[in-house]
Amino acid sequence: MASADTNSEGRSGALPAFLWKAVKLITSVAFTFLGLLIVTFLIGRVVPVDPVLAVVGDRASQSTYDAAYIALGLDKPLWQQFWIYLQNIATGDLGTSMLTKRDIVDDIARVFPATLELSTVGILIGTIIGVPIGVLAAVKQGRAADQIVRVLGLVGYSAPIFWLGLLGLLIFYAQLGWVSGPGRISIAYEYSVTRQTGLLLIDSAIQGQWAAFRNVVSHIALPASLLGYFSMAYISRMTRSFMLHELGQEYVVTARVKGVPEWRIIWVHALRNAAVPLVTVIALSYAGLLEGSVLTETVFAWPGLGQYLTNSLQNADMNAVLGGTLVIGAIFVGLNLLSDLLYTVLDPRVRRR
Amino acid sequence: MSEISTRDWLLSETPASRRQARFGQAYRTWLVLKANKLAMIGLFIIVTLILMAIFAPLIAPYDPIRGGDLRTERLVPPSWQHLFGTDDQARDIFSRIVYGSRITLMVVALVAIIATPIGLLVGTTAGYFGGWVDTVLMRLTDIFLAFPRLILALAFVAALGPGIENAIIAIAITSWPPYARLARAETLTIRDSDFIAASKLQGASSLRIIWGHVTPLCLSSVIIRVTLDMAGIILTAAGLGFLGLGAQPPQPEWGAMIAAGRRFLIDFWWVATIPGIAIFVVSLGFNFLGDGLRDVLDPKARK
Repeated sequence: MASADTNSEGRSGALPAFLWKAVKLITSVAFTFLGLLIVTFLIGRVVPVDPVLAVVGDRASQSTYDAAYIALGLDKPLWQQFWIYLQNIATGDLGTSMLTKRDIVDDIARVFPATLELSTVGILIGTIIGVPIGVLAAVKQGRAADQIVRVLGLVGYSAPIFWLGLLGLLIFYAQLGWVSGPGRISIAYEYSVTRQTGLLLIDSAIQGQWAAFRNVVSHIALPASLLGYFSMAYISRMTRSFMLHELGQEYVVTARVKGVPEWRIIWVHALRNAAVPLVTVIALSYAGLLEGSVLTETVFAWPGLGQYLTNSLQNADMNAVLGGTLVIGAIFVGLNLLSDLLYTVLDPRVRRR
Repeated sequence: MSEISTRDWLLSETPASRRQARFGQAYRTWLVLKANKLAMIGLFIIVTLILMAIFAPLIAPYDPIRGGDLRTERLVPPSWQHLFGTDDQARDIFSRIVYGSRITLMVVALVAIIATPIGLLVGTTAGYFGGWVDTVLMRLTDIFLAFPRLILALAFVAALGPGIENAIIAIAITSWPPYARLARAETLTIRDSDFIAASKLQGASSLRIIWGHVTPLCLSSVIIRVTLDMAGIILTAAGLGFLGLGAQPPQPEWGAMIAAGRRFLIDFWWVATIPGIAIFVVSLGFNFLGDGLRDVLDPKARK
């Protein structure tokens, strides 16, 4: 298949077109990213908290205050301040957190694996359940199964995630004792797993620490299922509509006429075609989980980016808030770009255009 | 005229006036919507919410802010006396939920009132003028779309300071981009119509054309989109309240009530659970109605 593609591309000169599209995509992403920087920079400037006082404390003398004012570059015009901000970002410097007294980049690098682990398990659950039930809803369109999937999805759209998290803790942790409570790992195992990737599921498995592994699983099960449920609501709905579109196509009729078994038409022919837009949907809901994780991490005391963000917020640590916002925005843009590129790679029709 | 029923007048295939045609169209939409059970449940929930907000002082048996006797009435489980129990300040939770409906409705209404005109203005201007105006405005829209909504709202509230007003502003600032996209798409389809060309030839200014001719035509689809977004707005506001960045205590905001009840969730489950049910039911109502509306008004999705 690959060779056939290269041939047709060579013939019609589509490869430069593909490159051209990539260049356009990257420029637009660069502009968006610049916009993100402008927005976070401006938010940082309208803050009522005086950044100088935050550094020197409110009992500093006037001369100390003035020195810090100049050291922070606040006497320069706004565009120069923005230029300095840009240069700092380019060298990977997001400033220092007032709360932890560490570089924000280091802080984020430390907490990010927790968020990554949680949302990855979440999106896996959401995809593994969401795609099949979406297909089922499309096949049984208008029947009871379709209605159940629809209501299940609408419930997912409507329930506040932090509330479901609390209910989950109340039922599955406090009452039934099926899962562990808040946190990522029990204190007993805190030092038994050496950090390698920062993803505790992988680290404990590599090191053969199965007791710790089971502990990690029982901690992640509930919050990841919650996030999984929320992405499932979106994924199943989109799967349903893509599948309905595919099942109405003529190739399906042809396959039926040929006598291809129905399960093969649904799961092989139609689903493979629906998979192309579906990849975009999954990438987007993966990005969306980052947002859901802010509230989920707060409820489950999950030491990730979301909790870092809310902690900094509650302590008026503006540098950390903006750093975290910027990182999440950048990941969001990155995943969007990735889904666009995947779309191009997977769908030969888009690539040739 | 008198022997024709209202129904026949509405369903007439040959409307005699523009008014009759318009009412007839609305009535047909209503008939289709009425057949959708979920949409009707949603409508019922929303009407109940509105009535609850209007008649809050008549419905609520207790004061929502001032609690009862702290010695005897704290954290009482649900009973006939206190339908949903009381919280740690000995306040009746049912009364707080009833008054909280006012805050929820206010958030939804104000966000819609602020965000819809911004979206319409940006979208119609970009679509009508095209060229570099379009590029600049849509690039700006994309930037706002690039942030996850709650995160951007968080950053804005952090900058403006916590409080319900700032939460509303933050949510509105993060809500308009999809409306702008939609208004632009609609504008592109009508921009080259003959009637626009006719008003141009009559010397109408761009402002007049956009405001007088383009915007009214975009309005209906944008309003539907706003209705679809209402559940999301409620959830974002509740999330901000839960994080302590929205409505401040002692205001009976549902998200903040959950946050308050979280501390003693395991022993006194009703304090955090009941406001959550309220949020859930209301946003389910908006989602049911929005889903039904989309089915009726967008024939493509109905398939």
